[in-house]
Order: sequence, then C-alpha cells, then structure tokens
Amino acid sequence: MADMAKTKTYMPLLPIDKRRATFEEVALGYTAEQARKEAGRCLNCKHRPCVSGCPVNVAIPEFIAAIHEGDGERAGEIIRKTNSLPAVCGRVCPQENQCEKLCVRGRQGEPVAIGRLERYAAEFEPRNGGGRQNAEPINVNHPAKTAVLSGTPVKVAVIGSGPAGLSAAGTLAKAGFTVSIFEALHNPGGVLAYGIPEFRLPKNLVKKEIDALTSLGVSIETNVVIGKSLTLDDLRGEGFSRFVICSGAGLPQFMNIKGETLPGVLSANEFLTRVNLMKAYRFPEFDTPVRVGRKAVVVGGGNVAMDAARCALRLGAEVTLVYRRGREEMPARAEEIEHAIEEGVRFELLTNPVEYTRKEDGTVGGVSCVRMELGEPDASGRRRPREIAGSEFTIDCDTAIIAIGNAPNPTVTSALPDLATQKWGGVIADDDGRTNLPNVYAAGDAVSGAATVILAMGAGMRCAMDIINM
Amino acid sequence: MYEIIRKKRLNETITLMTVNAPRAALHAKPGQFVVLRADIYGERVPLTIADSDGAAGTITVIFQLVGASTRKLDMLEVGSSLADVTGPLGRPSELQGIKRAAIVAGGLGVAIAYPIAKALRSLGASADGFVGFRSEGLIILQDEFTSFCDYIDIRTDDGSNGSAGFVTDGLRARLEAGERYDEVIAIGPLPMMKAVCNLTKPYGIKTTVSMNSIMIDGTGMCGCCRLTVGGQTKFACVDGPDFDGHLVDFDEAARRGRFYLAEEREAEEHRCRLLESAING
Repeated sequence: MADMAKTKTYMPLLPIDKRRATFEEVALGYTAEQARKEAGRCLNCKHRPCVSGCPVNVAIPEFIAAIHEGDGERAGEIIRKTNSLPAVCGRVCPQENQCEKLCVRGRQGEPVAIGRLERYAAEFEPRNGGGRQNAEPINVNHPAKTAVLSGTPVKVAVIGSGPAGLSAAGTLAKAGFTVSIFEALHNPGGVLAYGIPEFRLPKNLVKKEIDALTSLGVSIETNVVIGKSLTLDDLRGEGFSRFVICSGAGLPQFMNIKGETLPGVLSANEFLTRVNLMKAYRFPEFDTPVRVGRKAVVVGGGNVAMDAARCALRLGAEVTLVYRRGREEMPARAEEIEHAIEEGVRFELLTNPVEYTRKEDGTVGGVSCVRMELGEPDASGRRRPREIAGSEFTIDCDTAIIAIGNAPNPTVTSALPDLATQKWGGVIADDDGRTNLPNVYAAGDAVSGAATVILAMGAGMRCAMDIINM
Repeated sequence: MYEIIRKKRLNETITLMTVNAPRAALHAKPGQFVVLRADIYGERVPLTIADSDGAAGTITVIFQLVGASTRKLDMLEVGSSLADVTGPLGRPSELQGIKRAAIVAGGLGVAIAYPIAKALRSLGASADGFVGFRSEGLIILQDEFTSFCDYIDIRTDDGSNGSAGFVTDGLRARLEAGERYDEVIAIGPLPMMKAVCNLTKPYGIKTTVSMNSIMIDGTGMCGCCRLTVGGQTKFACVDGPDFDGHLVDFDEAARRGRFYLAEEREAEEHRCRLLESAING
C-alpha cells in the first residue's frame, strides 16, 4: 500500500542566510530514509503516465520501486539505461512540466518527487564502473554489426560537449562506435560548465558524468572550434564518417535599445561564463574578474535569468529582476523562482526596459522601464504583453544583465553553407536528427533554439539511435 | 600539450612566443587571433596570430605586458606549456583586391601589421609603412616590417630615433604630397586608430582598423566585445576584428575597454603578493 501523504517528502536545503554568501549547492538531496519514504508514494501505475512525459523515457516506476526496496544501485542502473546524465537531470530538469506533471498523485496533492528521487539514485556508481565491455546496449537492433561499415570501424565526430553531445556520444559508445567529441571551450560540458551555476549543479558532478563517458572510450578534445580550427572535410580526412552537430544556443540576444552597449550592461552569457566557467567568484585566486557593484538588474524570466540573479546576489548585490510578463508566464523552473524569491531577489513583473541610462563615469547607472499589461495570447500561447502609456520609471543599477534568450551559435553553421537552417539560425533536422547533408546530424539547442537539458539529451540520443540502426 | 618552443623579448614590455598548437595553426590566416590561457587559473586572453606554420603546427603571438595575465604568460619559459590555445578565431583580414596600401601601426600594433604586410606582398600588392613608438628603445620588428614595405616612416613620441611625432604625421605628409592608397590599414591603440581615421576620412580612403576589445570566449557567445559600427552592434570576435574605421564608435570602445581597470590592478597586486610569498618562503 502506497504512502498516501499529499505532499512530497521534504528535501533539505541550505539555510537561506547561508546561501547569500556561498556558491555551495542549495538543494542537498534526500537521505536514504527520505528517499525510501518518497518512493513509497509511487502508485506504480500500469499505464505509466510519467514515462511518457520524459523526453528520454526513463523507466520511472521501475527505478522508484528499486529505491523503495532499498536498492539505490539498481535504481541508478535503470535510469542510466536511457539517461546518460542522471545526476544532472535530477537537478535541472523542469520536472513539473514533464514526468511530474503527468503523475497520478498530482491530481490530489503533490506528484511524486521524481526529480529528487532521480538525483538520489544518481549518487550510486554503476556496478561495473560503466566500463565499455560491460555496458548493455539499449534498444539497439544490431549493435554488433553496425559499429563496423565495410570492415572499418565507424568513427563519429560529435561537435559540442553539452547535454546533446554527451548524450549522443554516450549512446554511440555503448553500441561500440568510436566517438570523438570536439569542444570549443577549454572545459567540456557546454551549458553545464559555462551556464548553470555551481549552487545548482556542482561542477564536480559534471566532471564525474564526463569521466564516466571517457571511461566508455569517448575521447573529448577541448579548444577545437569546428568551422574554424577544423572543417568537416578535415575530420573526414581523419577518418570520421558521421557527424553530430550539438553546438548549442550560445548567441546572446539583445533588445537593441538605447544604452545597451554601455559598460556594465552585459549578456547573461558573459556574466555566467565569467562566474561559472572562469570562476570569477573566486577572483583574484582565479584571474578573471566580474563586477556587479551594489545594485544589479536582471532582465528576463527564464532559468538563465534566475541563475544570473542568484549569482549576482551571491556576489553581494541587491538584485531586481525585470520581466515583461507575470509570474505565471515565467518559463523558469518553479524551484528556481522559489529559491530566487527566498534568497531576496526582488521581482518587478509586467515591466520592460526601454533604455539604459549612464552615470557620470560613463558606466550604466539605471534602467528606464515601462509597465506592461497582458493582451491576447501570442504564437507561444502566452498572453502578449503590451506597454502601458505613461508608466515609465527608473531602477538604479551598477550592472544590468540581459537574459532574454540565446539563438543558435552560428560558427559551425556559417562554415557549412550548404547546411539547411531556419531564418533564425536553427539547423533544420528531422525527428532522427538528420539534416539535409548526408551523414550530418544535428541535435539540441542548435536545432530547437534554447530549450532544456533533457530535450537536448533526447535529441542527441535519437541521432545516435539513427546512426546505430543505419 | 601547448608547448612553448621559442620565446624572445622584443623590448622591455613586448614578448614574442611561438607555441605548439596544431589545431590553431592549420587554417590560421593574417588578421585572425587565438584565445589562450597561461594556466588553469588564467583568463582567456585574445592575441592576434603574428605568424603561423600549419605544417609545423605552430603559432606565434606577440604580446605586451599590460596586466596580470600577460605578465603571468611572460613568466613561462621555453619547454613549459600553456594550459589552452584555441583558434584561429575571427575573420581573416580581407586583403584581396588591394593594389597599394598604407599600413599604419603603433607599438604592439606592428606585430599585428607585420603578417598583413607580408601577406600583401605575397598577393602582389605594395605597401607603405608608418609606424610609431614611444621611444627608440621600444621599436620592434623594424627590419622584418621594413623588408615588406616600399616606403617606411618610423616615428617616436620623444624623437629619440631622430624623427619626432606620431604615425599620423608621416601619413599626412605623404597624403598631402599627393600619394594615394586603395586602403589604409590602422592597427594600434584606440586613440591612434581614431586619429588615423580622422585623417583619412576627408580623402575618402577606405580605412580598416583592428579592434582589440575585451573578450571571454572569442566565439560569439558572450558579447563582451560588442561595439557600435555604423550605428549597429557588432561582435569584434566573430564580425571582426577588422572593421571600417570610419564607422566605428571609438569613444564607446574606449569606455568599454576601461571597465575592468580596477580589477586589473587588483589582480596584479594579488600576483605580486603571491610571487613575494613564493620568494620569501
């Protein structure tokens, strides 16, 4: 008989007063006892609605049952069959819009805390160390045959080491393919390394997941910008015959309003890259500086905006978040919004910047804003915000961080003029990730525009499956 | 992996370094840059590729000791390695079609101008060189640069080489004497490039400048290097580093370039303290 408690088992958090001064992880995860208790809330439904909400089809009731039986190790194994980054997904997936949204328990009370349980299970190392020879190929029709084409092993080049690339590489390596990942930055992980902050996704976890991949035989070469350092033809010369473009959405969008190029106005990408990848929060131990000043304004309502706001707060600033729609329309993960509010980020909702004003020293000194109201729904189904005449006001700031979205990174695609792309830069690919170029696949944000870690992983996996089953 | 195979002090503040970086060397062209890190604590520093050898897999950079990161880089000796070298980044300089160019360079800019002069010669174009330094002792690459120029004018701010003045003085004299160029290529500090653009504008001579904005990734991801060109926002790392100098907002670029000066000093003091404590045990 399931535990019929209406609410999720509480997951311990770092105390709020402590959070403002540290980049340590905020969510602390379940203990074995808490995990078993929460696992007991699962009804083990026969029709498994939660699984259909998961972009990589994790066998959710099965792994939860394993936790309930006290076998965390087996739970971890079950998840890893279809999800190569469980520790990451348990922390950053928007579960409320996916698996947990469809959980039967959510109809009366809170759904089962699937994300928290996934995170718990991910702590258990794979029994066989994840080694290549022991890895079990999943859903692979003819694994032994397909890794070899006309007698030569198939070499796959994966471009980008973010969630899509790691997922594609992991799936391919488990099926016996020779896989190399090429990463433009100096550390692998893509958005997991440069974007998501330490307090939400500790970098040692990312490293562990990447080490698990390399132990499967995947090689990762950093500091290689495909399209600049090497072309696809160079890679063909090195024996690669399949290509998966997972170059992400790294091109920061600006609003093109007055004052946007003032010193002190920066993209969330720049701010987060300084903080996360370059470890500017440990300046001067690390050489890269970041300056937020006394007051920071963050523009946007997504996860990136929440990350930027919470980083700025930890660097000592008073933070105001400006978003043009309301709280309900915010695309950020519910937990991130809650944590941001708890930590003291002030929200100015239904508000939009119209100009950045300057201080005497020439740096940014304020954001002129206008109040908004919601009109008719737009293409995304969210109500379109419109300006309220005469509602202008100014928020003082020393830093303004723009987190209104990112477009696909154009470097790889501009080096492939024949590759079909959308007007806005996304690579055109079918459900299996096939592009218009033979043997060239694309997955993740490079195709969809900025989306989620798990959707990118699902897309990367589908490219891999198509290569495997070819 | 990125082993230093040659290092040479060109003057008291400028160092040349040749590094083993085959991926960056393979397709490197004049005008492009690399981003490098001295060690795992280091900043990502963008430096123009002064020379490259695709076959040997090496690139050469020339840098000025202006802050903590370049001083840290300068402490590394032949045989040791850099943590990271990425490249080639940015668009190559567009030199096709130029028949006669004036290359105007100040200080470290000569290091960037040198491969341009070399490339122009190989394309069958001719170039006049106008270079400037603060004083005679700081002159770099004089013979190398001169060998690719039809005419050379070397000035020092203090006149210590016998020819006092700024690079613009030499260029102005030639222009006033009726000399004409298809293109003027100006590389150096922002005030110098701005002055060159002001000089050439009335003559209607296309003037290309090389913008060395602050960068993080160097691949178009952060937007730190953005600048205004002809009223539009551009990224120096992917749209440049070369731009039409008559359209660049130099004053804004100067303000953006100064933003982290205080932190630069703090980093430098931190580095000195570390060095002192290392020396004093």
